[in-house]
Amino acid sequence: MRKISYAGAIVEALRTSLSEDSTVSLVGSYVLGLGPKRVLMDSIRAEFPDRIYDPPTSEAAIVSIGAGAAMAGTRPFVDIGTASFSYVGWSPLVNEAAVARYMSGGSLRVPVVYHMLHGLRGGGAAQHSGSPQAMLWNAPGLEIVLPSSPYDVKGLMRSAIKSDNPTVFINHARLMDIEGDVPAEDYTVPFGRADIKRAGRDVTVVATSFVVHAALSAAERLAADGIEVEVVDPRTLVPLDHKTILNSVRQTGRLVVIDEAPLSCGVASEISAIVAEEGFEFLQCPIVRVARPDIPVPFSKPLEDAITPTTEKVIAAIRRVIDPRAKNAATRLS
Amino acid sequence: MTISLLDRKTTLSIFDRMLMMRYFEEAVLRLYNERRFASHFHLYIGQEATGAAVLEALGDKDLICTTHRNHGHLIGRGSDPGQTIAEILGRSTGLNRGRGGTLHASDPSRGFLSTSAIVGGCAGLAAGAAFGIKTKRETNVAVGFFGDGALEEGLVIESFNIAALWKLPVIFVCENNSAGAIGPQQGGYPTAITATDSFTRLPAAYGIDCVKIDGTDIVAVYEATTEATRRCRTGQGPAFIEAFTVRWPGSSPLWPEPATVTDLNEAWDPTRIKGPHAAWVRDHDPLLRTARDIVAHGYASQDEVMARDKDARTRIEAGATFAIESPMALSETVYEHVFA
Repeated sequence: MRKISYAGAIVEALRTSLSEDSTVSLVGSYVLGLGPKRVLMDSIRAEFPDRIYDPPTSEAAIVSIGAGAAMAGTRPFVDIGTASFSYVGWSPLVNEAAVARYMSGGSLRVPVVYHMLHGLRGGGAAQHSGSPQAMLWNAPGLEIVLPSSPYDVKGLMRSAIKSDNPTVFINHARLMDIEGDVPAEDYTVPFGRADIKRAGRDVTVVATSFVVHAALSAAERLAADGIEVEVVDPRTLVPLDHKTILNSVRQTGRLVVIDEAPLSCGVASEISAIVAEEGFEFLQCPIVRVARPDIPVPFSKPLEDAITPTTEKVIAAIRRVIDPRAKNAATRLS
Repeated sequence: MTISLLDRKTTLSIFDRMLMMRYFEEAVLRLYNERRFASHFHLYIGQEATGAAVLEALGDKDLICTTHRNHGHLIGRGSDPGQTIAEILGRSTGLNRGRGGTLHASDPSRGFLSTSAIVGGCAGLAAGAAFGIKTKRETNVAVGFFGDGALEEGLVIESFNIAALWKLPVIFVCENNSAGAIGPQQGGYPTAITATDSFTRLPAAYGIDCVKIDGTDIVAVYEATTEATRRCRTGQGPAFIEAFTVRWPGSSPLWPEPATVTDLNEAWDPTRIKGPHAAWVRDHDPLLRTARDIVAHGYASQDEVMARDKDARTRIEAGATFAIESPMALSETVYEHVFA
């Protein structure tokens, strides 16, 4: 199959969506970030000049305008840029878009997509490295998408734009250059369906977004030691595919959950709690979480590295659940 | 008196909307005092001329977003009084099945997209609705109603900028009801705290067409709205209307109180006006002013006005009865309508 970049897959999804539906508009066109891949958006800008609006630096207003335009029956795709900036638009995101349908008693649809780039990216420090997925998960009414591969991002973005609900589409800044198999034809990846990125019988690792790749390289390295790791990528947090996660844990009996959001009340914490409540009888040992520690993101590389959920930390976590008695062998995980 | 500038049909239609708004609010206040609901709420009494004339000037396809002082806008738009009261009482028959309440009631089937009780929230939503209209290449307009306090919110200023940059067909209606409001010194609460001496200077800085009008004058409001819709429909939007009213005494305390009770006979017999708030009723009640003008201009007799008054009261009472007799929202439905 054809291999293209993650960024290229996003551009294909946007082009198809803009071509297919005249009510789709782009508010903000730096969807691919400010890295070298940004030039891939030039063709979209040239093709749909009257459908793309680069707004002023007014996150609150563009989030609000996206919600209002969706209420009026269109499908805006609002690019917030770096996910840390979404906090500026938090009120319209959680007080308007997320709750409008419920407040209306089901008589309103809010089919807006909010796109943002999350995560540790090398020197982003405290205000350019945010991973708000857990906070957003605590704002009922939003669908939350966290793709990890070029194939997934294209299909999930098509689903997000077609969705009748407000959807937060969170890409990791470091995923843009990743290459992978992507069909040239149009397709969708449905929400609420986890993907088993690698099958294995010994331990389940649940991961989303960029840390899926840390999980996959950990699995690759542990395979050499005869440890078979299953990597489950939920792909969407809302809706969340409980069944695939629980089925995997039923088979392996061991669970490690990885995420870049801070540990407390984080994505890893929520998934751990779900498995503890719904699949306790499957577990042969305690669940281990690998997440960002509860500190602001530092700038200096050694400091940033110290809080990043790396392959090494995932390996240590997996070894800990494979042999719980070897606790002392594990490094401090988060 | 400028009422002759509007035709009889338009005038009476605005007046009917005002009557419905007024008696709706008097019913809400009574239902609150009967302890039929418990939440905080905001009444539109005293501002009816603004909402009614703006809504009269709009078409069926125009879109509306408003703020927490929303009942008048809903009823003025034609929302069913029974379903709207039912929503305020948390009933299953409410406009929003009891999920919105007074602070969030909406009626999307009438283009009434949202009540945002986040101060200033509706300005961004209205600009967004206008952006949707522009995307669809339609010629309808979006209206955002908000109070003067909303101009303290950054989102509103950002929305002015974007509406102006993208020439969005949005009309911002600022209902300035603070004149005469009781501030914290008198035991009330502050309503507008701003360094500007004129609210219209804010949208005007972005080149938005602005007017300041008397919000109790249906002619001024109707004409300003008609001109604003004309501009928006021809791609010259947005527009900003600041409509002044003098705050109804019942809205001055922290919690609404039945400060005055409407009797249209006072419109042509001011000697009937009594009580501590007689000055407001005499000088600032838009309903009495409009009733008086209608009779003085010969658009209707006193008897005809009173017949309309009775009709509105009857419809509101029927709505209140419907709401009271409706079942409460069912707890087993609480998970419904989160997602489409």
